[in-house]
Amino acid sequence: MIINHPLLGPRDSSEFTYMGDARLIDRPDPDASDAAQAFFDYGYLRDNPAGWHEELWFHEAGDRSWLVVTRNTVTHEISKVELARDVARARGRST
Amino acid sequence: MSQRNRIDGGQIDRAQVLKFTFDGKSFEGHAGDTLASALLANGVRLMGRSFKYHRPRGPLTAGSEEPNALVELRSGARQEPNTRATTAELFEGLEAQSQNRLGYLKFDLLAINDRLSNFLTAGFYYKTFMWPAAFWEKLYEPIIRRAAGLGSLSQQDDPDVYDKGFLHCDLLVIGAGPAGLMAALTAGRAGADVILADDDFRMGGRLNSEMLNIGEASGADWVAATLAELASLPNVRLLPRTTVIGAFDHGIYGAVERVSDHLAVPKDGKPRQILWRIYAKKTVLAAGAIERPIAFENNDRPGIMTASALRSYANRFGVAVNKRAAVFTNNDDGHRTARDLYAKGVKITVIDTRPDAPKSLDYEVLAGAQVVDTKGRLGLTFVDVRLADDTNRTLECGALGVSGGWNPNVHLTCHQRGRPTWNEALSAFVPGDLPADMTVAGAAMGNLSTHGALVGGAKAAQDALDLKTRLPKTPKAEDAPVNITPFWYVQGCKRAWLDQQNDVTVKDVKLSHQEGFRSVEHLKRYTTLGMATDQGKTANMGGLAMMAELAGKTIPEVGTTIFRPPYTPVAIGAFGGRHRGQEFHPKRLTPSHKWAEEQGAVFVETGNWLRAQWFPQPGETTWRESVDREVLATRGSVGVCDVTTLGKVDVQGSDAAMFLNKVYCNGFAKLPVGKTRYGLMLREDGIAMDDGTAARLAEDHFVVTTTTANALPVYRHMEFVRQCLMPDADVQLISTTEAWAQFAVAGPNSRNVLKKIVDQDISNDAFPFMACANITVCGGLRARLFRISFSGELAYEIAVPMTYGDALIRRIMKEGAEFDIVPYGTEALGVMRIEKGHATANELNGTTTAQNLSMGRMVSTKKDSIGAVLSRREGLNMDGDLRQVGIKPVDPNDKVPAGAHLMNADGPVDAAHDQGYATSACYSPILGHHIALGFLKDGSNRMGEQMRLVSPLTGVDVQVEICSAHFVDPEGERLRA
Repeated sequence: MIINHPLLGPRDSSEFTYMGDARLIDRPDPDASDAAQAFFDYGYLRDNPAGWHEELWFHEAGDRSWLVVTRNTVTHEISKVELARDVARARGRST
Repeated sequence: MSQRNRIDGGQIDRAQVLKFTFDGKSFEGHAGDTLASALLANGVRLMGRSFKYHRPRGPLTAGSEEPNALVELRSGARQEPNTRATTAELFEGLEAQSQNRLGYLKFDLLAINDRLSNFLTAGFYYKTFMWPAAFWEKLYEPIIRRAAGLGSLSQQDDPDVYDKGFLHCDLLVIGAGPAGLMAALTAGRAGADVILADDDFRMGGRLNSEMLNIGEASGADWVAATLAELASLPNVRLLPRTTVIGAFDHGIYGAVERVSDHLAVPKDGKPRQILWRIYAKKTVLAAGAIERPIAFENNDRPGIMTASALRSYANRFGVAVNKRAAVFTNNDDGHRTARDLYAKGVKITVIDTRPDAPKSLDYEVLAGAQVVDTKGRLGLTFVDVRLADDTNRTLECGALGVSGGWNPNVHLTCHQRGRPTWNEALSAFVPGDLPADMTVAGAAMGNLSTHGALVGGAKAAQDALDLKTRLPKTPKAEDAPVNITPFWYVQGCKRAWLDQQNDVTVKDVKLSHQEGFRSVEHLKRYTTLGMATDQGKTANMGGLAMMAELAGKTIPEVGTTIFRPPYTPVAIGAFGGRHRGQEFHPKRLTPSHKWAEEQGAVFVETGNWLRAQWFPQPGETTWRESVDREVLATRGSVGVCDVTTLGKVDVQGSDAAMFLNKVYCNGFAKLPVGKTRYGLMLREDGIAMDDGTAARLAEDHFVVTTTTANALPVYRHMEFVRQCLMPDADVQLISTTEAWAQFAVAGPNSRNVLKKIVDQDISNDAFPFMACANITVCGGLRARLFRISFSGELAYEIAVPMTYGDALIRRIMKEGAEFDIVPYGTEALGVMRIEKGHATANELNGTTTAQNLSMGRMVSTKKDSIGAVLSRREGLNMDGDLRQVGIKPVDPNDKVPAGAHLMNADGPVDAAHDQGYATSACYSPILGHHIALGFLKDGSNRMGEQMRLVSPLTGVDVQVEICSAHFVDPEGERLRA
């Protein structure tokens, strides 16, 4: 596969390490009253769709960016590649 | 007579005579021959024995789809089994051997299997060798492997080099027949970067094998002229002898170039083969089509081949397989073979299944007739024909060309789940859904005429590259329509081969259907139809058609099995490339490696690193002697160890402390500048991930260490936290593992040694336990000093820029000489950390928590950190959970091996009563007996308890006593000295 890195352009997927569901960005609030349940869901319950999926890829043999890659797990078509940091900010994460 | 079947014409160089041997007998052929064509020229039709029944076999085809003529090439280390004689290019001195025979090729003792065929039908493995189970491994399998093996291996290392390469292009054209050549020409003239790959050594595809003109030129001349033009274009790369083996995601193609297969020995510095990864913006697939046979009784004798193969041997290679030949066809293309052979003086008869077969003035055409049987033990001698009026006639002939129609080569269109569609007019599958960016042209698309291929190729290139120019003028060429009446097998035949390589007959398919294996995927696996190295290129369609008929379905309803890469078999060597032996993975050398080699160190691989394991001294005969000495000398005075391999991450920024507070479960916000702290990282599920130290060199600057093995994953994790969870934090990370050479200097005299090297005051007051600082050494070289201890001794770790690592180890050894300093390796390092009770990967094994490691109180409740929430869940905090303990034998002579399990002194020894296990073990030279670390249920409350340490598998059953994990200096007085 070829991943179109937002900063570096098209790169072979062999330069990357895969970590799965980009929902891992949405780390729950550790101070919430239901934190234990929320972390359980976060840690263990993932969707495994046959179809479009937002995934985390780490450019390990490259610039060390974490990317959010929107990929169709059936066809391997990639519709969007973003810097994970931008996605995290857009989802309200800060420090 | 030499080459008695050689006739005029063809594209061989008769001036070049090449000598070769087959089964030890000498023959001659010409440059441009394949092994198969040269053997046929010499009257040799028998080239091998079949897989299961050991039937005599000759080539069925003249190309890479060949199921039968598999031979061993070369001898010695370069011996290569299962090579298709139909693609093996002849070279001077080629040695070839037939394979899969017991005894001689002409008298194979295992031909008895043919007589036993009633017992060897579909699924016979499953039916025959059911019982007793123990017989399978020792008796049945060795016999089957012996009988049904293919070629044999040399059992020696392959002396040749295989390479991997990467290519990029605007347009990849697969196949250099008329369609591919026109596509490449159109794209090349338009200035696009073009790669034209073809699996033959002579580009041109079928044009090399036909007597058809293109414009005024012969097909071969047109090919030569076109190739000359392509070769003159700097933007076109020609790759002959290159098979595109797979179509992968996003326009990536795999291709194997056989650089040196046609030479006895590769030229100096050249690889045998190259595995190319081709990144193509667009692709034109012009892979042509493969003629399929018809099944009839005994249709597998040497001399029976596809009609197009018979034509190729005559037209391209100048070989008449036999002077008396016949053609069995259900379509007009079979007649083309008859015409060409007749023109070359072969006596020919055509048997056409169609009552309305085209007639000929030159040779006899038996319309509405079928071949019902053949004769000839080691090669075809007669065919029995049933005529239209149901009478039989026997024809004498030594060659029979069979044409059941043509199957477009759709394989590469299907590698990404594409399914072909059925074309009624061709009675064949044609490409259906295509991979993005692929266009198909010529026979591969079902355009079987030369004209169709030329126009289709040009148009495909235009479409692929979106060229707005007018379609180039294509020369005049043959444009015959396809006239075919489907005919798959002769009614009533039984021992009629569908898959010649795996010996699957019409009878087997009927049996499979009868026994309920009716889906194509089941049929394939039950009968092994299409599962041989040729992947059923000439076999599958016949099987599908039969299955459709038996099931009362249409062929498209039955469907095809899935086409998978590689298109043709690929040598493992090509996949391995240069990653062999020492080059299997990168080798990382520590900065003291050269010095350690000079000391005669024994090295061990840790990850990709080579580390000194111990340093044997003269007179030491076992590793234990060396390791014990290194430990005692270090604890007694001073030792030095290269610890560069530990991961080092530089963490900088105003939020650096906040960041470390997040990744470590213990607190770092209040760590003063100039101090180091042990840190434990958890995974988000609360399990321990890694440990190390973080040294604060400035308010906004930390140096973090990780274990050697986890350097990469921990860094990745830290970047995840930084970018995905704390995107606005002012913190930067960089791995500096290879920037700093780092040495542990340990032992009571370590300070005395370092005082002579470090420019600053490092007295206990000025530089106490856990201090860290930027310093200089040897009169000004920048360095870092950390007073941390893995051994439990007074110890330091000193780091200098990588290039000074060699100089520093030599300096430390020189200055330490007066204290009898010793270098120590990873073994002594391990012994001292076990004596001290420090955890490493054996304890941080992916199942243990901070609580298990007796570090539960480290998990701060005052702040959030990765893993903190789930580390507090009930299941990880039960009464009686595992705790880290020390284990020592009651009898000091006993060993206490790691991996063994702890059981109560009294009571059953079984998994249900398991109490824990030993994780790390060693002989402690300080204590004079073996010790171990381990985990024990409720371990912290069981000090002094006597237990059994057992490993039933290895016969271990030792009485042990549970003790503190800190065997040496539990109060930590030494390291604070």
